[in-house]
Amino acid sequence: MISIEQLSKVYASKDHEVVGVDHVSLEVNKGEIFGIVGYSGAGKSTLLRCMNILERPTSGKVSIDGIDLLSLSAKELRTARQSIGMIFQGFHLAMAKTVQENVAFALKAAKVGRQERRKRAIELLDLVGLSDKADQYPAQLSGGQKQRVSIARALANNPKVLLCDEATSALDPNTTKSILQLLKKINRELGLTIVLITHEMEVVKEICDRCAVMEEGRIVEEGHTYDIFASPQSDLTKRFIQTVIDFNIPDQLLQEANGTVVHMKFTGGSAGESIVSDLLQNFKIRGNILHGKIDYIQDKPLGTFVMELTGEVQEIEKAIESLRTTVEEVEVLQHDGFADHPIARAE
Amino acid sequence: MMDSLITLLPELNKSFIETLIMVGIGLVVALIAGLPLGILLFVTDRDLFLENKTVKSTVGVIVNLIRSVPFIILLVFLFPFTNFLLGTTTGPVAASVALSVAAIPFYARIVESSARDIDRGVIEAAIACGASPWLIIKDIIFPEIKSGLISGLTITAISLIGYSAMAGAIGGGGIGDLAIRYGYYRYDNFVMFTTVILLIVMVQVVQYIGDFAAKSVKRS
Repeated sequence: MISIEQLSKVYASKDHEVVGVDHVSLEVNKGEIFGIVGYSGAGKSTLLRCMNILERPTSGKVSIDGIDLLSLSAKELRTARQSIGMIFQGFHLAMAKTVQENVAFALKAAKVGRQERRKRAIELLDLVGLSDKADQYPAQLSGGQKQRVSIARALANNPKVLLCDEATSALDPNTTKSILQLLKKINRELGLTIVLITHEMEVVKEICDRCAVMEEGRIVEEGHTYDIFASPQSDLTKRFIQTVIDFNIPDQLLQEANGTVVHMKFTGGSAGESIVSDLLQNFKIRGNILHGKIDYIQDKPLGTFVMELTGEVQEIEKAIESLRTTVEEVEVLQHDGFADHPIARAE
Repeated sequence: MMDSLITLLPELNKSFIETLIMVGIGLVVALIAGLPLGILLFVTDRDLFLENKTVKSTVGVIVNLIRSVPFIILLVFLFPFTNFLLGTTTGPVAASVALSVAAIPFYARIVESSARDIDRGVIEAAIACGASPWLIIKDIIFPEIKSGLISGLTITAISLIGYSAMAGAIGGGGIGDLAIRYGYYRYDNFVMFTTVILLIVMVQVVQYIGDFAAKSVKRS
């Protein structure tokens, strides 16, 4: 649906150049929710704004639904933008217009007739759950409600794509959840392709099918959300994931543990199985769970366990061997009270 | 005192109407020419949707040029132009030519600065909707700054009342002219005070109406 090839955006000032986006290539499939994560200044916002040419890329190609946006005339670009909805962190509603007029404005831009505008605006407000606020002004609404209005405006002309520029960053956690649910709902019901940028991994975990991690204008990692969470490759991705799923256990706990401490990560199907209890039954060892958590990402479980194993050294060795065949990732953090991977702990 | 007021009344009435004509014409021209010019200054600015350095700086320089000439000099300077336009350089209508020329850039700058207060994001959202520049001006910028436009027009009106006194001094008529003829040349303090009071009342009324109108269109 969205195809980006070798896109770069360079800001030239008098004495130096700043690279916002550096040769990024990206494919977003039809009907998926794609997340772009990164810290501020990573270039994610610039990349998103290049997708509807709010910023003109310095080089590269952007096409949406097969249309090369950079080859369009100003007028053609305006028409193309009508099928690319966009919502913003700051909502950006016209304060002098009522809720309904704000939504109707997008329809006016597409030259929809007055009667049709009214009808469609009410339909859209119904979709976002604000039909009772049609005649109020944005100043009378809460942040979440304002974002709903801007979603209604973005959806006015039945776009194929919705771009979300930090759409939930200004909202509290509860409101964020409800806005994300709404986005998921319109993604499913309308088959809308959604690209969202965020610095909150929680948002990605909640709704993204696939995601990309950006740093210094480049994409450092890209893949299915579950895979990114289950086996992050780059340090940056690991840091982001830690904000949502914390694999670390307190140092003090490790120091107090006398046995062999094992860190296990269960992915996909194996997370639900009774691996731990099997382990304790099949080998003559005792197990003590120090840390355990199962997260659901895209409805698939991702479990992390940290266990302290005590007993005969040989039995423990055998138990760990057997774990390696059933569990995706096993890491021995310390043997008999001695740290094995100090670096792994420090992470 | 009552007697002198009664004898003054016809003259005062005539002057008042002349001032109204001068200020009125100036305001109408400011609105017709200054408003679009102000919007033009805004939308051709950097990073805006009709960004155009040449237009922006040309218009900017002209506006600054006119604004930097003291009004009394502008009046005299424009005599040939007024004469060409109307065949005369005296009377309130002739004076309103210079008033209009001064009012256009004055109001244009006020319009520009109120437009700058709009959240750029709102304009950006409109661009993302695929709206044409004209639709953005008409449907986003204009309603958003309506209140500022009215306050700006009030400021312009009050400045024009002041300018009209200068125009009066060189043959334009109006309240200022009356004050100078009687108060200054004839040392008639009564006329002087009456005209000053009249001017104060005028300014107050304009300000009050302007504030009220600006408030009534303001939402949020």
